[in-house]
Amino acid sequence: MTALTPSKAVPAPGTDRPGRRASDRAGRILLAGAWTAAAIVAAPVLALLIIALGGDASTARHVGVNVLPRALLDTGVLLAGVAVVTSLLGVGAAWLVTAYRFPLRDLMAAALVLPLAVPTYIVAYVYVELLEPLGPVQTAFRAMAGYRMKAEYWFPEVRSMPGAILILGAVLYPYVYLTARALFAVQSANLLEAARTLGAGPWETFRTIALPLARPALALGLSLALLETLNDIGASEYLGVRTLTVSIYATWLNRGSLPGAAQIACVMLAIVVAILWMEARARGGRSFTGSMKRPRPVSPLPLPGAAGWAATALCALPIIVGFLAPVAFLAREAIARTLRAGIPDEIAAALGASLVLAGTATVIVVALGALVAAAVRLVRRPTVALLGRIAALGYALPGTVLAVGLLWPLAAVDNVVADAWRGVTGVSPGLILTGSGAAVVIAYAIRFLGIASGGIESGMSRISRHIDDAARTLGRRPGGVLREIHLPLARPALVSAALLVFVDAMKELPATLLLRPLNVDTLATLLYAQASRGAFEEGALAALAIVVAGIVPVVALMRVSSPATPPEAAAVEDAAGLARA
Amino acid sequence: MTLHGLIPPLLLATAALAGPAVAAEVNVYTSREPALIKPVLDAFSKETGVKVNAVFLTNGLEERVKAEGQNSPADVIVLVDVAKLAGAAEMGITQPVNDPAISANVPATLRDPAGHWVATTLRSRVVYASKDRVKQDAITYEELADPRWKGKICIRSGQHPYNVSLFSAAVSRMGPEKAAEWVKGVKANLAKKPSGGDRDVAKDILAGVCDIGVGNTYYVGLMRNGTNASEKQWGQAIKVLDSRFAGGGTHVNVSGAAVARFSPNKDAAVKLIAFMTSDAGQRILADLNYEYPIRKGVGGAETEKVAGPINPDTLALADVAKNRKAASEMVDQVGFDN
Repeated sequence: MTALTPSKAVPAPGTDRPGRRASDRAGRILLAGAWTAAAIVAAPVLALLIIALGGDASTARHVGVNVLPRALLDTGVLLAGVAVVTSLLGVGAAWLVTAYRFPLRDLMAAALVLPLAVPTYIVAYVYVELLEPLGPVQTAFRAMAGYRMKAEYWFPEVRSMPGAILILGAVLYPYVYLTARALFAVQSANLLEAARTLGAGPWETFRTIALPLARPALALGLSLALLETLNDIGASEYLGVRTLTVSIYATWLNRGSLPGAAQIACVMLAIVVAILWMEARARGGRSFTGSMKRPRPVSPLPLPGAAGWAATALCALPIIVGFLAPVAFLAREAIARTLRAGIPDEIAAALGASLVLAGTATVIVVALGALVAAAVRLVRRPTVALLGRIAALGYALPGTVLAVGLLWPLAAVDNVVADAWRGVTGVSPGLILTGSGAAVVIAYAIRFLGIASGGIESGMSRISRHIDDAARTLGRRPGGVLREIHLPLARPALVSAALLVFVDAMKELPATLLLRPLNVDTLATLLYAQASRGAFEEGALAALAIVVAGIVPVVALMRVSSPATPPEAAAVEDAAGLARA
Repeated sequence: MTLHGLIPPLLLATAALAGPAVAAEVNVYTSREPALIKPVLDAFSKETGVKVNAVFLTNGLEERVKAEGQNSPADVIVLVDVAKLAGAAEMGITQPVNDPAISANVPATLRDPAGHWVATTLRSRVVYASKDRVKQDAITYEELADPRWKGKICIRSGQHPYNVSLFSAAVSRMGPEKAAEWVKGVKANLAKKPSGGDRDVAKDILAGVCDIGVGNTYYVGLMRNGTNASEKQWGQAIKVLDSRFAGGGTHVNVSGAAVARFSPNKDAAVKLIAFMTSDAGQRILADLNYEYPIRKGVGGAETEKVAGPINPDTLALADVAKNRKAASEMVDQVGFDN
């Protein structure tokens, strides 16, 4: 923890003219950063709005009457279902591994993060393969029950709304698990033990102490999972759920109506704003900060015998469903393919491209995200809070819609540069942004800025504002507060944000597909190409490579948020902290 | 495949300053999966020495070319579905080509009258049927709405471009009201909610989920002759019915190519399309993917083995393209995918 060295002179805040000017300067830099980030994100959104306005009335009427009601209903049911599943799995598992000791607990705590490495569209594909009439499960069932044909018995259809909810829930719960666990892990033992001493049972302790304290984390994790659900296209389409995103594609591609699609996208954007608003309300209404003393970690209660193994089984279930089963299936397919035809050359090149693009994007996104979070924290103005919200919007747009919206501003820049260059040299330099990987990196930045700024903001929100005030009183300018207090304390949040962004960028498909340059493929686009000609078996290797490349950062993520290295800033130590809330 | 596309913009600009590429090149934006056209592109490079750069783009290919505008590197645009080709011409991202070799290669009915696009292969959308449970060998599309098939039909999403084109042909043939009745009738006969792809239809027929289903011809060849053992079984479980509109022919669609409006390498682009439509090109394209060639006598023997000879409906392809929006809206109105 950084010690605060009091400055020699300690002027009273507000009286020191030069100091005020300096703090204004730092504030201006942060403000400029927030404006820049918001502008970059707003560019494709504005392009989209302009496209939407160009629609003709008949398209709008058709969308309003025949498409939106059903799509809104399906989207609502899907979001509600995924919210329930991810909350139950995420919070339940996080609480079990924090508050109790049971066999294999440490292993479970780590492995619970793994589904994050598997793209939803891959998991959807695998479960259809496993559970369809000719798949291994039903084949075994027929053999045991003596049926010959699917028509003779009933079996739940995986291509359905419940199927989609369970599959998306099983893959997306780690967002909630991670954030909830990070908070449970640093919750004060004193509070929980006080509750226990006062006779509260385990359930009551959880419900009245742990859960309310974890609400900001839960809100963040849940909003990430829901936004991911909202912009998912691969899994929903494959599972036959007609969400808004799926409707956007049908309107655009089959009716040749990009404006109609943009109109649906705008409706979706409104939903996103609603989700983000609820998230902000859930964590912004109160402050959950505490003193800066390192908290005494919760000492987990041992669960003896059968109860312990039951906890192990409960934790193992989502790991098996969300990770082990799909990955085992992929591995089997990949091995079969490799034994038959060897490893294709393009895998290595695609892996390289994926790493370069995701890596570059991660650095940019985390830097911008930190800037936005710091601006929101230190420049306490409503405008800045709004800018912060705008910067987070990109995460919610379906990738292709975002990419199409982005095409026009990017290409406009490209063409201005190229025309100017040609005017001077007589030679066209080609397209600087869309002709290089820059367009893809910019798309990633827009799409994932919300993850970074949200995570870092949430990390910083646990640093009490009283510390800011104290530092300011001691003569520190905003820049100094940031450097000496926030940066060191928010480091775990920065690292977590970087890892999340990296994993998401590795998995990103639609924007990459539309914006990448000639002759470049990432693992995700390679997989998509193979799957789109029905050769998923060949794609299994690329799919496995995405998963493996995702496991490394996911494991690192788990270590960052592990109780062994609690984010000091997250101390929710004493009653005083609660009283302030 | 290289990483060279990823070098930062500044380096790229410097490279451009050093001088444009000397070797002849042609840039292809394709919405067909690259593995399906790579062999013909490779053969072209081998014959002409022209290097082919390709990028596989699905949704948004046209928007990208349009946005890139006068500096777009795109030379040749490869698209599936006549409506997409016509739409690209309408968007103003293609240019007319008047090349004697191409005109000689492609029958006039299979290219844009103004020369903006040409078909490169044909495929039919037909009815698959269980070899075991279905006796008949021919069917009309109209019969799919016959209640005797109640609970026995499988099909992919009604919003999939392949089905939208089929329904669009129905609108042209029957008129909008009758076509809507027909689509409703088909919906009432479905064994399950529309989902998956055409291969899944064959799979579901083998599994006994349904007896008949709708799919493209080439999937049958790909399943039966592929390396995947279970797909072989699906392919073997079905037969292709001689499927026609009452009093007409089979619904046929195309994949095709166009020269981009601002093509920087127009000569090479025209050469590539001429090669794709030549005897050698047609043999590779048709036989590789079990499609039909654009004219008789050049490849396609394998396709006929699995799907029989082609009997295209007499409807003009342009008509089918025209009704696509109406067909897609009809799918929503009758709740086909619900």
